Amino acid sequence: MAGPSRRRRRLHLSKIYSYTCGKSSFQEDHSNIGGPGFSRVVYCNEPGSPAAERRNYAGNYVRSTKYTLASFFPKSLFEQFRRVANFYFLVTGILSLTDLSPYGAVSALLPLALVISATMVKEGIEDWRRKQQDIEVNNRKVKVHDGNGIFRQEEWRNLRVGDIVRVEKDEFFPADLLLLSSSYEDSICYVETMNLDGETNLKVKQGLEATSLLLNQDSDFKDFSAVVRCEDPNVNLYVFVGTLALEEERFPLSIQQILLRDSKLRNTEYVYGAVVFTGHDTKVIQNSTDPPSKRSRIERKMDKIIYLMFGLVFLMSFVGSIIFGVETRDDKLKNGRTERWYLKPDEADIFFDPERAPVAAIFHFFTATMLYSYFIPISLYVSIEIVKVLQSIFINRDIHMYYEETDKPAQARTSNLNEELGMVDTILSDKTGTLTCNSMEFIKCSIAGTAYGRGITEVERAMAVRSGGSPLVNEDLDVVVDRSAPKVKGFNFEDERIMNGNWVRQPEAAVLQKFFRLLAVCHTAIPETDEESGNVSYEAESPDEAAFVIAAREFGFEFFNRTQNGISFREMDLVSGEKVERVYKLLNILEFNSTRKRMSVIVRDDDGKLLLLSKGADNVMFERLAKNGRQFEAKTQEHVNQYADAGLRTLILAYREVDENEYIEFNKNFNEAKASVSEDREALIDEITDRMERDLILLGATAVEDKLQNGVPECIDKLAQAGIKIWVLTGDKMETAINIGFASSLLRQEMKQIIINLETPHIKSLEKSGGKDEIELASRESVVMQLQEGKALLAASGASSEAFALIIDGKSLTYALEDEIKKTFLDLATGCASVICCRSSPKQKALVTRLVKSGTGKTTLAIGDGANDVGMLQEADIGVGISGVEGMQAVMSSDIAIAQFRYLERLLLVHGHWCYSRIASMICYFFYKNITFGVTVFLYEAYTSFSGQPAYNDWFLSLFNVFFSSLPVIALGVFDQDVSARFCYKFPLLYQEGVQNILFSWKRIIGWMFNGFISALQGIS
Amino acid sequence: MSSSGTSSIALGGGSAEAAAAKSTSKRPKYSRFTQQELPACKPILTPKWVILTFLVSGVVFIPLGVICLFASQGVIEIVDRYDTDCIPLASRDNKVRYIQGLEDKRCNRTIMVTKTMKNPVYVYYQLENYYQNHRRYVKSRQDGQLRSPKDEHDVKSCAPEDTIDGEPIVPCGLVAWSLFNDTYDFTRNNQKLPVNKKGISWKSDRESKFGINVFPKNFQKGTPIGGKSLDPDIPLSEQEDLIVWMRTAALPTFRKLYGKIDTDLQAGDTIKVLLQNNYNTYSFNGKKKLVLSTTSWLGGRNDFLGIAYLTVGSICLFLAVSFSVLYLAKPRQLGDPSYLSWNRSAGGGR
Repeated sequence: MAGPSRRRRRLHLSKIYSYTCGKSSFQEDHSNIGGPGFSRVVYCNEPGSPAAERRNYAGNYVRSTKYTLASFFPKSLFEQFRRVANFYFLVTGILSLTDLSPYGAVSALLPLALVISATMVKEGIEDWRRKQQDIEVNNRKVKVHDGNGIFRQEEWRNLRVGDIVRVEKDEFFPADLLLLSSSYEDSICYVETMNLDGETNLKVKQGLEATSLLLNQDSDFKDFSAVVRCEDPNVNLYVFVGTLALEEERFPLSIQQILLRDSKLRNTEYVYGAVVFTGHDTKVIQNSTDPPSKRSRIERKMDKIIYLMFGLVFLMSFVGSIIFGVETRDDKLKNGRTERWYLKPDEADIFFDPERAPVAAIFHFFTATMLYSYFIPISLYVSIEIVKVLQSIFINRDIHMYYEETDKPAQARTSNLNEELGMVDTILSDKTGTLTCNSMEFIKCSIAGTAYGRGITEVERAMAVRSGGSPLVNEDLDVVVDRSAPKVKGFNFEDERIMNGNWVRQPEAAVLQKFFRLLAVCHTAIPETDEESGNVSYEAESPDEAAFVIAAREFGFEFFNRTQNGISFREMDLVSGEKVERVYKLLNILEFNSTRKRMSVIVRDDDGKLLLLSKGADNVMFERLAKNGRQFEAKTQEHVNQYADAGLRTLILAYREVDENEYIEFNKNFNEAKASVSEDREALIDEITDRMERDLILLGATAVEDKLQNGVPECIDKLAQAGIKIWVLTGDKMETAINIGFASSLLRQEMKQIIINLETPHIKSLEKSGGKDEIELASRESVVMQLQEGKALLAASGASSEAFALIIDGKSLTYALEDEIKKTFLDLATGCASVICCRSSPKQKALVTRLVKSGTGKTTLAIGDGANDVGMLQEADIGVGISGVEGMQAVMSSDIAIAQFRYLERLLLVHGHWCYSRIASMICYFFYKNITFGVTVFLYEAYTSFSGQPAYNDWFLSLFNVFFSSLPVIALGVFDQDVSARFCYKFPLLYQEGVQNILFSWKRIIGWMFNGFISALQGIS
Repeated sequence: MSSSGTSSIALGGGSAEAAAAKSTSKRPKYSRFTQQELPACKPILTPKWVILTFLVSGVVFIPLGVICLFASQGVIEIVDRYDTDCIPLASRDNKVRYIQGLEDKRCNRTIMVTKTMKNPVYVYYQLENYYQNHRRYVKSRQDGQLRSPKDEHDVKSCAPEDTIDGEPIVPCGLVAWSLFNDTYDFTRNNQKLPVNKKGISWKSDRESKFGINVFPKNFQKGTPIGGKSLDPDIPLSEQEDLIVWMRTAALPTFRKLYGKIDTDLQAGDTIKVLLQNNYNTYSFNGKKKLVLSTTSWLGGRNDFLGIAYLTVGSICLFLAVSFSVLYLAKPRQLGDPSYLSWNRSAGGGR
C-alpha cells in the first residue's frame, strides 16, 4: 500500500482516527510522574549535556549471552557443580590429591575434567552463537543526529538515551523510541510487531501533533530540544506513561507514541524518534524471560536412583571401614611382634596405624567413597544430553513430519523432553487451527431470514455417514480436499440466487445490500492491490475476517482502499446497475476481544449518515437487538443453530443509525477512555462501547467453515487405540464442538454423552430475574448435581466397557474448576474416553491442564496454535505448537513444533515410543554397567582386607566410564528400536509401555541393578 | 527475541533442480539413516528359535567342557604343605620364636611322584593368608628406582623401608624387603635334580622394568631383616626371584614360580627336598606349600572352566527339553496382546 507517490501526501490531520489519542487530558497516572516508578528524565537531542550525563542511563549494548569472557569459567563451573553428582566427583577429585587416594589423582580428575569440559564446550558453543547474534545486532547501523542538523550512521550499541534517530522503511527500531514525526503529514507510521507478540498485522502509531508540526526534515533538529519525563523501565508492552515538555508546554505521552525495539517500520518512508529506553531497559528485553524449564519425569526419577547409589556407596564404605578398622587393629604390636610383619604396621602412618585404628578407619571411609565412586555414573548426564540432542535431530529430520505446503519440518525446540513423548496419558488439544486448518471459508449465510449457500461441510458429510451410513468411509482424504477445494481461497459459497449480482432480484434486496456493505466495511483488514492485474488481496488479523472481506468482494462489494480515516469500496449501484466507488468515513473502531466477542465500526456513509456496523457472536448480539430490529430473529436463530450443527462458526451482523449528538458525546468519552492509562482503562472502554452497541437492527448471520485438517480423524483414532485420552478445549459453541468431535472421530455414535451445562430452565429464569449471588449458587448446585449424576452413570456401567464422553461448557467449567468440586470433575472426566470443554477461555484451558497434570499425576501434552493456547502449552508437561497460520506465539512457547495435527501420531507413537524406551533402557544400562564395575571393585576389597586397593589399573578405572563403556550406551540411546516404526503403527497399544512407565518402574530398575550385581559376581569368580 | 530470525539453511533440496526451485526449502533430506530405516536384525524370540538356540548351546558347550576338563585332569600337580611339619616338635607351641631364631632351619621333605611328569616341571611356592594386595604393601615400591640408577634417590613412596642412614635402599619398599627366602634343593635317587631359575619371570619385566645396570644397595641392612638378601653384584634384571616376587599377587592365596625342572619325573620316583624354612608366615597363620606341576595347553590345573562349560551346557539342554515339552503340551499364539504385562492385570484386556 505504500509507494513513493504516497510520500508527503496531503492528508488531513486525523484527530478522529480510532487510535488517536489527541489532546487527551492529563490522567491521574500522569500526576505520578517524577515520583517513585516514574523517575526517568530524557533530555531529547542533548544526550551529552551535563544534566543527561548525571542520569547515567545504561547504553544500548545488549547482551543475551549467559556468560562473558571473564565470567565464563567461574560461572559455568559453578553451574556444573551444582549437580550433586558432579559435586561429589569434585570432592573426590580434591581428595585424590591427598594421600587418602586409592589411585592416582589423574584417575579421579581425568573423567571429571572430560565430562565437565564436554559440557562446558557445549555451553560455550551455545553462548558463542548468542554472542554472534549480539554482535550482529549491536553493530547494526542507524542514522543518529549529531547536533548540527546532520544525521550520520552510528552503530546501535553507541546509542544514548536522548539521541534523535532517523529510522528508514523496513528497518528495526534500535531502542524504544518516542515517535516525533514521520514521513506522513500527521506523523503516523505503521509498525510490524511480529518479534514482540507474533502478530503479523501492522499496527499504527502516531506522534504528537506538537512535534510533528515542528520537525519535518533533518535540519529541523538543529535547535530542537525537549524533555521527556516518564515511567521507569518495565515489562508492560501496552502501557507507557510520560510527558513531553516542549517549549514551556507539557504534553501527555502514551504507548501510541512509543516505537518498541525489535519491531519494524513498515509502509512508512522514515520516522524521527528520540531514544527513551536503551539496551536492557527496553520493554522487549525487560520482557524476555527464560521459558519455564521443564524436566522430564524420568530424569527426576533418575536423580532418585543416584541418591540410592550414594546411599549404597556410603553403606559399602561404612561396612568396609569397620572391617578395615578391625583388621588394622589386629596388626598391633603384641609381645614385640606384629602379625602381618610384611606390612610393618609398627612404622605405619596414620592411615594404617593399628594403634589408632578408629582414626584410620575414618580416613579409610573417605578412601572407600572414592574407590566406590564407580557406582555413580559420572558421564550419565552428559551422555543423556548428547543422546537427547541426537534424538531431536532425528525428530527434526523426519521426512514424515515435514509439511510441504508451508515448508515446515518438525522442530524439537527443547530436547530434554523427548522421552516424555512416549509417556503421554492425556492430550489436551485446541480446536481451531489445531484440529482444523484455520483457513476459514465463507460457506453459508442467512440474510433477512433466508438461508443461502448450498455447500456441504465435512461435518455434515460425517453426520450423513453417521445416520445413513453412506459409503464415504474409506475415501482417500486427499481426494476429499481436492474436490471441495474452493476456486477462491476463503470462499466456498455457491448459490445462484445471490451470486453474480442476482441478489438485487431478491425480495429483501435492501437488507442484502446492507449486509454486504457491512461485510465490506466492518473489519480491520488492509487491502493490497496487485498493480498489474488490479486484483485486491487482503491482510487480515484473523482468517475469519479475511473470509468476510473476500466474500464481500465476491458478492460485488470490493473493498480496495483503506486510508487513515476512510474505507473505499466498489459496489453496483442499484439504480444504474453500474459500478460505483463509495468512500465511508471511518470514525471509530470498537475492537474485538474475547470478552466483548463482537466488533463494531462507526462510519459516516457518503450520504452523511452515521452508522454503527456491528458483528459478533450470537449470544452477545441477540440481546443487543432493538425492539424493531428483531424482525428476522427467530429465523436467523434457527439458521444459526443449523450452522452450528454443521460445525460452522457463525457471526451475527447487525447495524443501527446513530444520532449526531449521541455520537459526539460517545466520541468524547471514548477518546478520553482510550487516552487514559489507568488500570481500569479496559473496563472504561468496555462500558462506553457497551452503551453504544445497543438497539441494533438484525441483518443476518454468516457461517464460515473451519475445515478439519487432513488425517485428523485417523490420527485421533490411532491415539485413542493407543490408550491416550484426548480432551478438546475450544472456545466454540457446544453444538459446533460436538459436531467437530464427531467429524474428528473423537466422539463415536456408540458413546454415551454426559453433557454438563447451565442451560436448565431454572437457571435461565434466574438469569432473567435473579441476583448475581443467587445465580451463582444455583449454578454451582446444578453443576455439582450433574457431575454426581455423571459419576453415578459411570459407576453403574462399571464392568460393561461402555465408552463415555463428557461435554462441558465454559460456564459450568468455571464452577467445576473450583477447589471443592474439581476432584469430582476430574474423577468423572478421567472416567470418560473423550472430554470436550467448549466455550472455554485461555485461562480455563490452562487451569484444566493444570488440574489434569496435578490431579492424575500423569504426563499431559497440550497442543495448540494460537496465542490463547500459550498458557496451556506452558502448563502442560509437553507443549506442542502447531506452526500454522496464527502467528508464532504458540510455537515460541512450545517444546516441540509440528506443522499438522496428524504428525502427532508419528511424534508420539513412533518417536515418543522409541525415545522413551531408548532413554529408559539407556539409564538402566548405565546403572547396570556401573554397578557391575563397582561391585567387582567392592568384592575385590574383601580379598585385600579392605585396604582400599583397587582391582583395576588406574587408567582402566579412569577411562571405564568415559570411554570404554560410554559408546555402547550412547548407541543404545540413539539407535535402538525395540520395534520398527511399522509395528508401532500397527500395534498402537505398545504405547502403553511408556504411559505405564514399565521400562522405568522400580521393579525394572532394581531388576537391572540385580543383574549388574550378578554379572559382577560372575566376573569376580 | 531476535533469535526468532529466520534461519535459511537449506537442509535438503535433493536434486539440483529442486534445489534451484526452492533453494531455501527446509525439507529434510531423505536417507535411510536420518529416517531411522537402516536394516536391522530384530530376532523375535519364538519358541522354535529359543529351543533351537538352547539346544545348540548345549550341544556345543558340553563337549567343550569335557575337553577342558580332560586337559585340566591331564595336568599332574603335587602339593606339599610344609609350614608346620618343618618346625621341630619342640618349637611347635611357639613357631614364631623358632622362625625368628638363629638356629639351622633345614628341613627334609619327601615327595612321591605318582604319575609321570613330562618336563618342564614347574616348581612353585604357595603362600596363603598373605596380603600381598594390601594397599600399603602394593604402594610401597618405586618403579623408577628399579629401572634406572638415576632415580635411586626417589624413594618417597617406599616409606618406611626407604633409606638407611640417609642412603637410599635399592630396591626400596616393603615388597622387596619382604622377599620370600625359603629355598628348595631336589634330589632323586641321590642325584641332584637341577632347578633352572632362569626365565621364570616375565620377559618384559626383565627387559624394561628392572634395570640391567641397577644393583642392590643397602638392601636388608636395617632391622628387622624382612626376607631374602640380594647379591649386590648382580643387576636387578637378573635377580629373577625378586622380579617374580615384585609382581604382587592379586589374592591372599597365591603361587609364585620358584624354578623349572627340565627333566621328566617318572611315576614312582621319590624326590627328596632339602628345604630351608626361613620365611615367617607363622605370625599371621599363613600356610606354605611346595608345588610341582606340569602344564597343558590350557595352563595349569584348573577344573573351573570345564565345569562351567558343563554346567551351562547342561542347563541349556535341560531348558531346551523342558521348553519343547511345554511348547508341545501347551502352545500359545505368538504376539497375543492379552499377555502384555499391562493387560494382564486388567483381566483379559479389551
